[in-house]
Order: sequence, then structure tokens, then C-alpha cells
Amino acid sequence: MDGLQFLPHGRLDDLIRLLAGQGFQVIGPQVRAGVIAYDTLTSAADLPWGWQDTQGPGRYRLAENGGTRCFAWANGPQAIKPFLFAPHEPLWRTRRVEGCLEVEAIRPPARPLAFLGVRACDLAALAIQDRHFLAGNHPDPYYAARSEEMLVIAVNCTHPAETCFCAATGDGPRAEAGFDIALTELDDGFLAQAGSGEGRTLLLALALAPATPEQTAAAARALEQAAAGQRRRLPPAEHLRRLYQRLDDPRWEDVAARCLACGNCTQVCPTCFCHAEQDVPALDNAVTLHQRHWDSCFSAGHGWLHGFQVRPEIRHRYRQWLTHKLAGWQMQFGRSGCVGCGRCITWCPVGIDLTEEVAALLGEAGHDV
Amino acid sequence: MMSNPYVPHPARILERRQESDTIFTLRLRFEETGMREHYRFAPGQFNMVYLFGVGEVPISIVSDPETEGVFDHTIRRVGRVTEGLAALREGDCVGIRGPYGRGWPLAQAEGRDVLVITGGLGCAPVVSVIHYVIRRRRRFGRLTIIQGVKHSDDLIYRDQYEAWAQLPNTEVHVAANAVHGPWPWHVGPVTELIERAAPDPHRTIAMMCGPEGMMLAAARILLKKGLPDRALYLSLERNMQCGIGHCGHCQIGGHFVCRDGPVFSFAEVRDLLGIRGF
Repeated sequence: MDGLQFLPHGRLDDLIRLLAGQGFQVIGPQVRAGVIAYDTLTSAADLPWGWQDTQGPGRYRLAENGGTRCFAWANGPQAIKPFLFAPHEPLWRTRRVEGCLEVEAIRPPARPLAFLGVRACDLAALAIQDRHFLAGNHPDPYYAARSEEMLVIAVNCTHPAETCFCAATGDGPRAEAGFDIALTELDDGFLAQAGSGEGRTLLLALALAPATPEQTAAAARALEQAAAGQRRRLPPAEHLRRLYQRLDDPRWEDVAARCLACGNCTQVCPTCFCHAEQDVPALDNAVTLHQRHWDSCFSAGHGWLHGFQVRPEIRHRYRQWLTHKLAGWQMQFGRSGCVGCGRCITWCPVGIDLTEEVAALLGEAGHDV
Repeated sequence: MMSNPYVPHPARILERRQESDTIFTLRLRFEETGMREHYRFAPGQFNMVYLFGVGEVPISIVSDPETEGVFDHTIRRVGRVTEGLAALREGDCVGIRGPYGRGWPLAQAEGRDVLVITGGLGCAPVVSVIHYVIRRRRRFGRLTIIQGVKHSDDLIYRDQYEAWAQLPNTEVHVAANAVHGPWPWHVGPVTELIERAAPDPHRTIAMMCGPEGMMLAAARILLKKGLPDRALYLSLERNMQCGIGHCGHCQIGGHFVCRDGPVFSFAEVRDLLGIRGF
């Protein structure tokens, strides 16, 4: 394994310039409309310096804490999923020609993306989405075009939110795989570790000093505390499979009485992959655009089957979501679909807590006591 | 560049046949010669059929897999896309992607008795099995067809059922809950016919299609008659928008119906079959 190096805060711009010089569109976290969101990054000054979040069930607030760090926060509502699996995108276009049809595939823009600041939970989610869209007999060319040449700089999470439970799912707070470089932030810079040949080349080009033993110890301590401070728990995978033995549990009615079926949980979830397709004809009806957009198993259309609704009630939809995410997912992907990011808890307008619902259904504690 | 599984290929309607008030069959041929040459399917598989300006629907393929260059879809007019498809005429074009999914276990059925159970309006996915077996009659044992409809007027392919009943080593049993006009078959629920059937539990493979409640009831009766659950197969129907296991609508438990099915063995889906909400 490569030795750890120290990247001072003041040299972040060198890294961003290096990536831009290689043709990457650099994407990083920024304060946008009261949340930390990912967008095109032109300089390190765009990063959320001195900002910190507080999160709870149905609650997210961002405030300046006067600190010197730019990663003293946990994930906002979205991170990198929308950049690879686009919320809306055109797939193909059809024209009427000579009494028949002509279909033309639409290619997504091909500029390679470099992500700065991907959290471990989102890297775990990315691995699942890669498998969903790229493995198998029909790889998705739209997802592939965006992810093919992507570069990932992870930032280990030293400031998990109250809603986070990545330590319980085994997906964080430290990024273990799937990155080119992983950073851990200290007050004056980052410890940097290469995770790929590309990452090694980048770090070499920056000619950084090796990390001191004190810096290495401080980073390790911060990550231990980030894991130890998490209070929410999710039972192990084999217990989660028992959700299919609880299909008649009265708890589904209970949660359905609170759930608005708004679908926020599915829209912020970094692993949810459902999408709907739609034809959008031009007014002259000579050409039509076929597009897809994110869908949610909480929507009425999701279970629609020629005049028959497979999931007519909210209890059916919440049960579909939870059993699929935590149990059915294991059959499909060899692991649960939850990476412990806690977004579904924070962004639920009525504060439904997945860990609490699972605990009630399985009779296991969802919190440390 | 990788091939794009989302893009349909133009296909022309060579023939259109009205089967009943709401059911019609389209015989299609791809416009691109490459597609004509390479396209192969198995009974039980489906295509995504695209209507210009409206959208796509999954429709099973009913024709014989060895018919060269053309394929048939029998379609019921039930929604936005199928209403539009019903209005198309010979010479018009649709888009086709496919074939998708896992079809019927016909290789496994060779040399065995085949029991076909269907409920509802002329269930297209099993009609492909019946045609397949009849055209290769000597490769299969006894063929028993049990079809249930709510009302005798709902039975399509009526002439065909009568013709099939005349074939050697073939039995046809039809049930209607309600009857209008002359009806030579059973009056009552289709499950009564299944109760009366005497399939050889060691030789029979059952293939079912129709409402899940009916298939579940049929499966329970057959299990009681000694058929192993591995010998029971059924075709499921769910909302499908991509056909390739990506869009998520068709999931039942950990299965993508479009990719892992639509034909499943009873053992694979018994836990969630007939449960409201899955």
C-alpha cells in the first residue's frame, strides 16, 4: 500500500487545475439553496469552507461554524448518483419516414467527470449502481458513457450526521475501495492515499510531503470517533431477510398512517434505480422524443398494470420499498440496498426512520441504548 | 460503441386479424434485413412493442419460433398504447425491442405430458406453447388444455379449441362461469376442471397463465395430486417499461419479472404469489 501524503488546504487548487488540465469536468460539494450539493467546481474557493450541517428525522440545517475545514459535514440530499444515472434524460428520437419509422439513439455528453469529495456511503452505492446498470446482458449505454472515464477522489467522513449509520452497514465512514484517491481532512489539510494508478500519478504530480505520524494518528482517531459516534443500527443481512416473514405485521399499517407516499426517500436514496419511460411527441407529430426519468415505488403509476393497481395502498408501497431495499436486494445484488447514509430519514417530511421501522418489524433495537 | 438495448427497431405490419371485439393479432416483419436474419425467440418470451408518439408495452410472442422472418403478437385493447396499436392497419409500422425474458421450459417438457392451464381472455403466452407442442406432436406425451373464462363470449380461438380437441392424445376442457348460447363445455369455475383432471404426477409438466389467484389455486390442487412444485410453471405479468431488468417496475421480491421471468417455476415465486401488494 502507498504511504500517506499530506495535501495542505492551500494546494487543493493545484489538484483541481491538474484534473481540469486532463480534460475532466470537476464536480465537488458546494453550498446551494441551503444544502450541500454537488456541482461543477472551478476552484477550491467554491467548497463549503466553514459550513456544518445538523440533521435529524425530517430535519436538515446548514450553518457556518467558523472552522477552517471544507468537509466538516455529512452528505446533503444528493451526491453523485444524478451525474451518472440522470434524473431526466432523452434516450432516442423517432421520425416518421416513408410510411415507417426511423429511430435514432441519443448519446449523452461524453466529457469525463472527476468527483472531488465522494463519501464512503456513496462509493458503496456507486458499486451497486454500477452492477445494476452495467453488469448483465444489457449494459446501459447512457450510464456507461458517464461512468467509463470517471475519476473519484473520496473524502473519508469525519463528521457523520445524527442520522448516519454507515458503520452499521459496513460501508463507512472510511472509503475502502472504488476510489482513485482517498482524503481524510485535518484542520489544515488532508491525508492523501492513492487507490489506483491514476490516483498515484496525480499525487506524484503534486509532489506532496509524506504525512507525519502525528497527522496519521489524528486522522485515524477522527475516523474511529466518526464510527463510534453513530447511534443508529441496522440488523445484519440475514436478519433483514426475515422482513419477508413479517408481511402481515400491523406495523405496516402504522407506518402507512404516517407515510405521505411522497417518494422523497427514493429520490434521495443513492441506490434506488427505478425509472419510467415516456414519449414526448412534437406538436406536428412528425418527430417524438423518448425519455426516461426517475420513478418511485411510492407513486401510483409504479404498480400500474392495464387497469389494475398492484400496490393500491400506501402500506403496500412502503412494504415494497423496505422489503426490496433490505431483503429482495440481497437476492439481486448479494447485499442489502442500504449503505447507511441516512438520507431517507433526514429528507422524509414526516421523519420516518428506516432503522426504527426495521427494529419494530424485527423486534431488534434500532439504536444503541 | 456498445449496442443500445433501449432503441427499438422498425417493424411493418404484414397482416392484421381481429380475434374478438377487443383482441387482435399483428403479424410483423423487421424493416432492417440484419434484424430479420438475427432475430430469434423462444415461446414465452416477449417484445417491447412501440407505438409512435405514445410509448412501449410488453407483449408476448405467439407465433412459432421456427417461422422465418415474421412473428405475431396477439394484443388486447386495454390501455393507452394498445388502444393506439388497435387502430393501426396493414402496412403501418411499429418499433420492436426484444426478445426479452425467460420462456417456457419446452426442452425439459420433451417426452413428458404437458398440462396447459389458462384463465381469462385467450391467454397468449400459453397459446404459443400449445402451437409449439402440436407442431412437434411426437416429441411430447399427452397434451391437456384446461381453459377458464368468466363468460362464454370471452373465449377467443373457439374454433381452434374445437380443432385441438380432435387431435390424438390431446384433451381440451373449457369452463365458463356464465354462459350465453350453445356451450358444449363445463359451466362453473375452472378449478372444478382441474380437480377432475388426473395428470400422471411423474410424467406431467404444467404450464399456467392467467390471474394469479387462479394460478395459485390450480397449483395447490396439482400439488395435492402429487405433482412436484418443480413441475409447475407459470407466466407472471407486471408493469414493465424497459424489459431488461433496469427500470424496477416489475420486481416481485428479488425477481425482475422481465428478466428472470416472465415464466417462473412455482417454487421460485410461491412465497409472494397472490399476496396483495407484490
